Amino acid sequence: MRRVILAVTGTIAGLVALLSFKSHVPSVPVAATTGGSGGTSSSSSSSSGGQTTTVPGEFPQGSLAGKLPAGETAVDGKAANTAYGPVQIQLIEQNSKIVKVAVLVQPANTLHDIQIGAFAFPKLISETIAAQTAKIDAVSGASYTSAGYIQSLQSALDKRA
Amino acid sequence: MTGGGAPGRRRHAEHVMGTVVSFDVPARAGEPRGEGPLGQAVRWLHWVDATFSPYRDDSDVSRLGRGAVPLAECAPELAEVLDACAAISVRSGGYFTTTPGGTLDPSGYVKGWAIERAAAIFTAAGSAEHSVNGGGDVQCVGSRMWRVGIADPLRPGRLALVVAGQDFAVATSGVAERGAHIIDPYTGQPPAGLASITMVGTTLAETDAFATAAFAMGSAARDWVEGLDGYEAFAITAAGATWQTSGFGAYLG
Repeated sequence: MRRVILAVTGTIAGLVALLSFKSHVPSVPVAATTGGSGGTSSSSSSSSGGQTTTVPGEFPQGSLAGKLPAGETAVDGKAANTAYGPVQIQLIEQNSKIVKVAVLVQPANTLHDIQIGAFAFPKLISETIAAQTAKIDAVSGASYTSAGYIQSLQSALDKRA
Repeated sequence: MTGGGAPGRRRHAEHVMGTVVSFDVPARAGEPRGEGPLGQAVRWLHWVDATFSPYRDDSDVSRLGRGAVPLAECAPELAEVLDACAAISVRSGGYFTTTPGGTLDPSGYVKGWAIERAAAIFTAAGSAEHSVNGGGDVQCVGSRMWRVGIADPLRPGRLALVVAGQDFAVATSGVAERGAHIIDPYTGQPPAGLASITMVGTTLAETDAFATAAFAMGSAARDWVEGLDGYEAFAITAAGATWQTSGFGAYLG
């Protein structure tokens, strides 16, 4: 379980990096929330109030917990606050492998946000799944610092339980 | 930070030497603070840090560097390391240096050497299968096929490819995590051209030092590595293109 949560963190970090390319400042507060049951974290920490927003996209919007076939379990990622609003995704696991991803919360302030969401979520999610299916023993890369290790793929490997 | 892993296996991550060293060892290697090989390896790495860190005023490296002590009064391992560094400097045409910032700093060799020695502690204790990863530089021991993912320097969190091998070492130098920390000794500037270069060899001390030298060389590294027996390289350029030496394909996982 912990490994999956780390993978979620990595995905969110990547998404935040993508969002940071944006130059405009959102004018409408966002509070897209779901009833994320069955997960380890359900805090959708919107600080701004406002209305609940549904965002179009390829991935299921909202929690899949309670709608899953036997053998699949839902794990909510930790909500990450970005400059454009909170981001939270949910991973569906089967035999400790990620098989599906749902978007619980993503920024939806403007058309631009929606476009980025539609592009970035599928890409990042497929990469997360690819990384875990590579069946690797270790990761080689330019030296990470002690702090950088936390977000590294090696750290996800070390947390295997 | 000790995780579970496969049955009979032990994973442990130790914060040391300014990075994290990850162990994948038999469960019977014991506890990180115990008397078994895992404890021995962890204590060894902290000793190396205390002795060789250029960031600690009281390390042998710092004291020797500022002329406070003669080499003969330092840990004998320091002379051993400096001899090895001198040989690698010659073999790399001066691209590997123990004075990258002007003061004594053999870190480009020490980390890989310390990890290689840490792995040897498990071998001496009877382990036939283990790996030790020092912040992205990996020594794999054992006849099974080890699979090592190569981080993509241009797309953090992603792998560029996977290399596989038995009893081998994989080291990557680049700009991915720490920024431009390698300097071309001939220009005094960060090298242009490569985002990262991965070297594959047998033992990590040399493999890691060669990766550092190769990164400083930039695109010229390709011809240099072709001329090195027992080493292969894979590079990703700053523009996202890749190249590899002629024998690298044997390691593609």
